[in-house]
Amino acid sequence: MIERTPLLNLATYAIMLLGAIMVFVPLWLVYVGATLTVREINTPELHLFAGSHLIENIQAAWARGHLGGRLFNSLIMSLGVAFGKVVMSALTAFGLVYFRFPGRVVVFWLIFITLMLPLEVRIVPTYAVAANALWPFQSLLDTTGLSAFINAMSGLHIALEWNLLNSYTGLILPLIATATGTFLYRQFFLTVPDELLEAARMDGAGPFRFLVEFLLPLSRANMAALFTIMFLYAWNQYLWPLLATPDRAGFGTTAVVELKLLAPTVSTNGGGTPDWNVAMAGCLIVMLPPLLLVAFMQRYFVRGLIATEK
Amino acid sequence: MAAVTLKNVKKNYGTTTVVHGVDLEINAGEFVVILGPSGCGKSTLLRMIAGLEAITDGEIMIGSKRVNDLEPRDRGCAMVFQNYALYPHMTVAENIGYALKVAGISKVDRTTRIEAVADLLGLREFLNRKPMQLSGGQRQRVAMGRAMIREPDVFLYDEPLSNLDARLRVAMRIEIRKLHQRLGTTSLFVTHDQVEAMTLADRIVVMNKGVIEQVGSPDDVYHRPASIYVAGFVGAPGLNLLQAKIDRAMGQMSFNDGQTLSFDQSQWPHIPDGPVVFGFRAEQAQLVEQEGLAITSSFQEALGPTRLLHGMLADEEVVVSVSGDTEFQLDRPVRLLIPAKAMHFFDSATGRRI
Repeated sequence: MIERTPLLNLATYAIMLLGAIMVFVPLWLVYVGATLTVREINTPELHLFAGSHLIENIQAAWARGHLGGRLFNSLIMSLGVAFGKVVMSALTAFGLVYFRFPGRVVVFWLIFITLMLPLEVRIVPTYAVAANALWPFQSLLDTTGLSAFINAMSGLHIALEWNLLNSYTGLILPLIATATGTFLYRQFFLTVPDELLEAARMDGAGPFRFLVEFLLPLSRANMAALFTIMFLYAWNQYLWPLLATPDRAGFGTTAVVELKLLAPTVSTNGGGTPDWNVAMAGCLIVMLPPLLLVAFMQRYFVRGLIATEK
Repeated sequence: MAAVTLKNVKKNYGTTTVVHGVDLEINAGEFVVILGPSGCGKSTLLRMIAGLEAITDGEIMIGSKRVNDLEPRDRGCAMVFQNYALYPHMTVAENIGYALKVAGISKVDRTTRIEAVADLLGLREFLNRKPMQLSGGQRQRVAMGRAMIREPDVFLYDEPLSNLDARLRVAMRIEIRKLHQRLGTTSLFVTHDQVEAMTLADRIVVMNKGVIEQVGSPDDVYHRPASIYVAGFVGAPGLNLLQAKIDRAMGQMSFNDGQTLSFDQSQWPHIPDGPVVFGFRAEQAQLVEQEGLAITSSFQEALGPTRLLHGMLADEEVVVSVSGDTEFQLDRPVRLLIPAKAMHFFDSATGRRI
């Protein structure tokens, strides 16, 4: 800020402080909750200071929630979504910005439309496709009467099936299919001066080399930002993993879904004293990976969002 | 080294034509400057030779190869861009050596050649820096190095000096010329700066509105401009141009204000009776006490060694350059003597030299 305005500065600090408190207090309460005994947490007064049972609670949460396996699932899914998104978006944006092909505008708008169709809106069809990825082809065959025709001619009954439920592929793919990353890259690619491309062409670099040796290194900050956002987005998913992993005993589910199951209800603890302390300890564990990632990526993350490195 | 031949080269963007059928032959090892105002199609022409723009019609040959449909990398040209277009994420060494890397040349050979080029351009100590950490002149040199290392058949320069400050521009101009003397590579240099054109070129191509107005040595272009356009564009100030009427019988021309000036008919046997455009260079007219053309001077510019005197002659502006120590008073009539060898005549309809 160029002007020296003590009053405005004060107000700015006050707002920032308020924001920090609003974020920090719930976190602190979770932490405190995770350090108490069942008895302490169920007393009416609000505990503001930590107790001494953190380790036990964490052990209890870890064991009851099978958090080892669940965290692994979450990690695979989040990394898959983040990497997949970073790669897919770079490729689609590269195609859209640097190539003139027929139907380019149509493709652009098709991708754009996905911005208006988040997973929650298309959850039923997405579930149907995940349950049988070949279902669209099957229904195409059925509605055109082709399968009936084949049935009549050869007696063969066509039933295409490819089930993606209870698999990492099924967890990851539907979350990759949105346009946010494509547009982030597109905006960046549009700021890359044409002369850079021309110089690279004069030096003999083909399109693929230009992507790998120029655009990707130049968009490192964007990539880091996108990776972080997508990792958090995937890690925090609740609805989709809940639906896509019905086989809790076998494949299991993600850590965030499991967290819900840790929360004491009549059905889970049979009407006994609700052990919120264990649920809070579970919370702490599940929060940790994204927290570490943000702490580590923060530098790149901010740069990727506010500025283009040139 | 290779000759470059352009045959009836045209460029359209949609329905607008920016280059109208250019024919040009550049000899192997020659330094040719394409000079023209912005928007005259000179950069487009260069970019068509480089392969960065498609050719609408015509043919471009480099050496004996027809390059119309070749990729830029297969044409044997290297280009220096106006904004240098250095690769921001690579060091100077990587920038210079990138073409070799793409060509699959081994790291050892690459390093040797990068160092040789860096020595030639005085970049040795900057090899590990990024372009961001270099000054304008250094960036310019890196851009040159990047072009040189490929040992191309043709160098293409697209206004490479226009982003430098005045002093550096002069220095780089001399370096480019020296480099050309040493390497002898065919060079095509696009600029709107006539001083660059005059000092660098073996031959100058003056372009206007997508058409070549004149091709000639710097002396030709300056002393024998082929058209009114070239006459006005080349030289600082450009040629003074006046409407005049020729009277062959009297051996004189008359201006709009009734003043007359006699000329030697035997030197211009083809000059027709009637209206022409008469021109003379600012520095070739002499101030005299009596006779000569009367002009009223309105203001002057002192440039140090010379003084530019601006005045009106027959309601048209003229500029006369006199030695810096000449003293005269403004707003008083001055008389001009224009020697025969300083006279130029142009057809007032076609604009071509008579």
